[in-house]
Amino acid sequence: MSSPAPAERGPQPEPPRRTAFPLDALSPLVAVLLALVAGGVLIAAVGQSPFEVYGLLVQQALGTGYGVGQTLFKATPLVFAGLSVALAFRAGLFNVGAEGQMYLGGFAAALVGAYVPLPWPLLLPVALLAAALAGALWGAVPGLLKARFGAHEVINTIMLNFIAFSLVAWAGQSLFVRATVRTSEVRSAAWVSRLDVVLPWLKGSPANLTLLLGVVLALALWLLLFRTRKGYEWRVLGLNPTAAEYAGVRTRVAVVQSFALAGAIAGLGGTSFVLGYKHWFEQDFTAGAGFMGIAVALIGRNHPVGVLVAALFFGALAYGGLVVNRFVPADIVNVLRALIILFAISAHALFTRWAKQRAA
Amino acid sequence: MSSPIVSMRDITRRCGAVVANQHVSLDLYAGEVHAIVGENGAGKTTLMKVLYGMRPPHAGGIELDGRPVSIPSPAEAMKLGIGMVHQHFLLVDTLSVADNVVLGREPHGALGSYDPVAAERRVAELAERYRLAVNPAAHIAGLSVGEQQRVEILKVLYRGARVLILDEPTAVLTPQEVDELFGVLRELRSGGTAIVLITHKLAEVKAIADRVTVMRAGRVVGAGPAAEFSIERMAELMVGHVPAPLARPALRTPGEPMLEAMGLSCTDARGLDAVLGVTLTVRSGEIVGIAGIEGNGQHELVECLSGLRHEFAGRVRVAGHDVTARGVRAHIEAGLAHIPADRLRRGLVAEMTSGENLVLGRQREAAHGIWLGGRSLEERARAPLGHYDVRPDDPRMLAGRLSGGNQQKLVAAREMSRDARALIAAHPTRGVDLGAVDAIHRRLLAARDAGLGVLLVSSELSEILALSDRVLVMTGGRIVHETTPAATDERTLGLWMTGRATLIDSPLEPPRPPAASRPPSRSGHDEAPRA
Repeated sequence: MSSPAPAERGPQPEPPRRTAFPLDALSPLVAVLLALVAGGVLIAAVGQSPFEVYGLLVQQALGTGYGVGQTLFKATPLVFAGLSVALAFRAGLFNVGAEGQMYLGGFAAALVGAYVPLPWPLLLPVALLAAALAGALWGAVPGLLKARFGAHEVINTIMLNFIAFSLVAWAGQSLFVRATVRTSEVRSAAWVSRLDVVLPWLKGSPANLTLLLGVVLALALWLLLFRTRKGYEWRVLGLNPTAAEYAGVRTRVAVVQSFALAGAIAGLGGTSFVLGYKHWFEQDFTAGAGFMGIAVALIGRNHPVGVLVAALFFGALAYGGLVVNRFVPADIVNVLRALIILFAISAHALFTRWAKQRAA
Repeated sequence: MSSPIVSMRDITRRCGAVVANQHVSLDLYAGEVHAIVGENGAGKTTLMKVLYGMRPPHAGGIELDGRPVSIPSPAEAMKLGIGMVHQHFLLVDTLSVADNVVLGREPHGALGSYDPVAAERRVAELAERYRLAVNPAAHIAGLSVGEQQRVEILKVLYRGARVLILDEPTAVLTPQEVDELFGVLRELRSGGTAIVLITHKLAEVKAIADRVTVMRAGRVVGAGPAAEFSIERMAELMVGHVPAPLARPALRTPGEPMLEAMGLSCTDARGLDAVLGVTLTVRSGEIVGIAGIEGNGQHELVECLSGLRHEFAGRVRVAGHDVTARGVRAHIEAGLAHIPADRLRRGLVAEMTSGENLVLGRQREAAHGIWLGGRSLEERARAPLGHYDVRPDDPRMLAGRLSGGNQQKLVAAREMSRDARALIAAHPTRGVDLGAVDAIHRRLLAARDAGLGVLLVSSELSEILALSDRVLVMTGGRIVHETTPAATDERTLGLWMTGRATLIDSPLEPPRPPAASRPPSRSGHDEAPRA
C-alpha cells in the first residue's frame, strides 16, 4: 500500500521471533487424524466398529511379514510418482502426467527386457534407462510446450496421459501376446530381485528392490534440491518466478529440465511391476498410482523424505483396504483417501492463515 | 456553493504500521472538480478508498448530505451514489461495452432474461447525454485505453453516481485522450456531479480543477480554490521540508564508463511509450541520480539496463561490454549489481532463508562446482548480515519473516557486498527506518568511492540531492533536465518533475528558478516541452 516518507512512519514493528520449527509441517498429520475420525463416523454408519476395522487394517498391513511386504510393494510406485510430482512442484510445475509417464516407462522397460539381446550385467541397467528415458520424454513435452508457448502444463499432462494409453494400446496390437493385453515375458537378466531374498520375513510378498531405488532417488533428490545450484535455481523459480528472472535463472531451460527429470522419475516407477513383479507389461498396470502421486506429494509436503513417509502410509492404506473389504465396502478406503486429501488442503490453508496472522 | 455533498471529517487510516491518512478532512461540493495531489505514498488513494468503502477508516467519520453514514463496502458506496474509476480497469474483455456497463444491474426482458437490446439502448442514451463517445456494441478487447476508461466512467454513471472518483486517470492516456477526458469531466461538472481527480500532474490541476487538496505523508498540507495555488506552491507543499542531508561528499573525478545507455526506447505493459530515447553514462566513481515521479519510465529504464527486458531499441553497456538485451546473466557477469525497486516481488524469495537470499543472483559465484547450500551458505551469510545490521542476523531466518526495513537491508547487503563494477539502486531506502537509511546511504557513497558507477533511482528528492554527483530528471520517458546538487534545489527539481506535465492545451509556465539558486543547467539532455 502507500507508504509515507520514512521520516513520517511509525516505529518499525519488532521482527517476529524466530520460529525454528514450522508449525505448518504438522498439518498433514492433523489432516490424517481428522480424516480417520471422519472415516470412523462413516464406518460406524455402516454398522461396524471403527476401532475393529482400523485395528484390522493396521494388523493386516503392518502386523505380518507378508502384509508389510504387500504394503511396501503398493508403496513403491507411489514413492516414484510422489517424488516426480514433488520435484515438479518445487520448480513451480504441476505434473498431472506421472500416470502416463509411469505407464510409458513400464512399457519401454518391458520392450527392452523382452526384445533387446544384451547379456546379464547390461540388460537390467539398459531396461531401467529405457524406462527413465521414456518418462523423461513424456515429461519434456509439456515442459517444452510451456517454455515455448506458455501452454499450461496441467492441461497438457492430462492430455499426454491419454496419448500414452492410446499409443501403448495401438503398439500392443502387434506386440502383445496373442489374446492377452500383456507383452511377452522379460528375460530373467532384466529381473529385479524380490526383497524376500534378502529379508526372508517378507516371504511371498511382491516387494522388490526397486523400492530401494526409490529410497536412493529420494535422497538424491534431497541433495539436488537443497544442496546444489541447479536445485536452488529450481526452487527460486517455483517460489518466485520474477525473482528467478532477476537472479539470471534461465527459466525456460529450467522448466524443461525439471519437467524431464520429473518424468524420468515417474518412468522408473513403472519398473516395480514390470521388472520386479510380473516380469511383463500389462495394460492398465499403473492403476492410478501416478495420480495418487499427487496426493503423496501433497501429504509429503513436497519433501523427498515426506514423500517416502506418505507413500508408505498410502501403500498401507491400499493394501489394508483390500483386507477390510470383508467388513466394510472397499469404497470406504477410497473415501478415506479422499478425506485425507481434502483435510490436507484445508489444513494447509488454515495453518498458512494462522502463520500470517501471527506475523501481522 | 452551498453545503457539501460529502464531508470527510478527521479520517485516520493505518496500513500495517504505517499511518496512511492522519486526521484528514475533505469537503466535496456538487458541480466541482476537486483535485487531490501529492507524491506517491502521500495517502491520496487511501483516502479515496476510505470514501469508496474499500478501506473503512480507523477514526473519523463521513457525512453525506449532512447526515453521518458508514460505508463498509463499495456496494454500499454505490448505493449512496459514490463511484470510483480505478487506475487498473475492471472490465470483461470478451463482453461488449453495453454488457460491461450494465453488469450487475442488467435490464430484463419479458421472461426475466437479460435484454441486450435494452442494455445497448440505455448505454447509448447515457453516452449521448454525457457526450462520452463510445460504441455500446463494441467489444472491450478492441478498445483503446481511453475508450476503456470511458466505459468505466459510464459504469459509474449508470449506477447513478453523484460523486465520481478518478484515480490518476491521465496516467495511461495520450495527450489527445486527456483532452477528451477533460471535456467529459467539464460536461459532468456542469451536470452537477462532484468529481475527485487524484493526480500528481500539477498542470492538470490548473487546467481543470476548481479546488485542490495537497497531501504529504498522510496529512493535508494545503487546501483551497485551485486558482489560489500556483504550480510552484503546490510542488513545494508536495515535496515538503528536507531532513538534514549527509555531509556533501567531495566531488571526485569520474573514471571509465561503467554503465551506458544509448538511445533507449521501449513501451510499457500496455504498449504505450515508456522510455523515449534515453542516453546516459554512469562513470566509475560517481553517483548519477534519476529524479522523477514514479511511472515516468524509470521502471522500464531500469528493466532495460538490468537485462530484465529483452525488447527495446538502443544499446546497453556494462563496464565496456555490450550486453544489450542479452539477459540478466550477461549483465551480472559483466559486473552489474542491482537493488530492485520491488524487493518482495523481485529481490527476495520470502519462503527462503536469509542465507539463501544472500546468494540470489550470485548463485554461480557462490557455488562450489555444482554444490550450493547447507553450512557453507550459512557461514557465507554471517559477515554481510552483521555488516548491514540485518535483525535478526540468523542466516536460517525466513526472509518473509523479516520486517520490511530488514528485508531491504538484506537486499542491499547482497548487492553491495559483491565485486561489481556498476550498481543500479532503485529506491534503495524505501520503507526503511531512518537509521538504516543512513547506513545504506553511507554504503552507496562507499561503493562510489571504491570505483563503482552507481545509478540511483529515487522519488525522494532529499536522497537524490544528498548522494548524487549528477542529477537527471526523468519525465514522460525522457531525460528532461540535467544538473548537479550544488546547482539546484528540491523546489526546482520538483518543478521539473511535475511542472512539465504532458498536457498539451493547458498553459505551461516554464519553471522559474527561485531567486536564491542558480538557474538550472541547460546543457546535456535538456529538452524543451513539446507543443
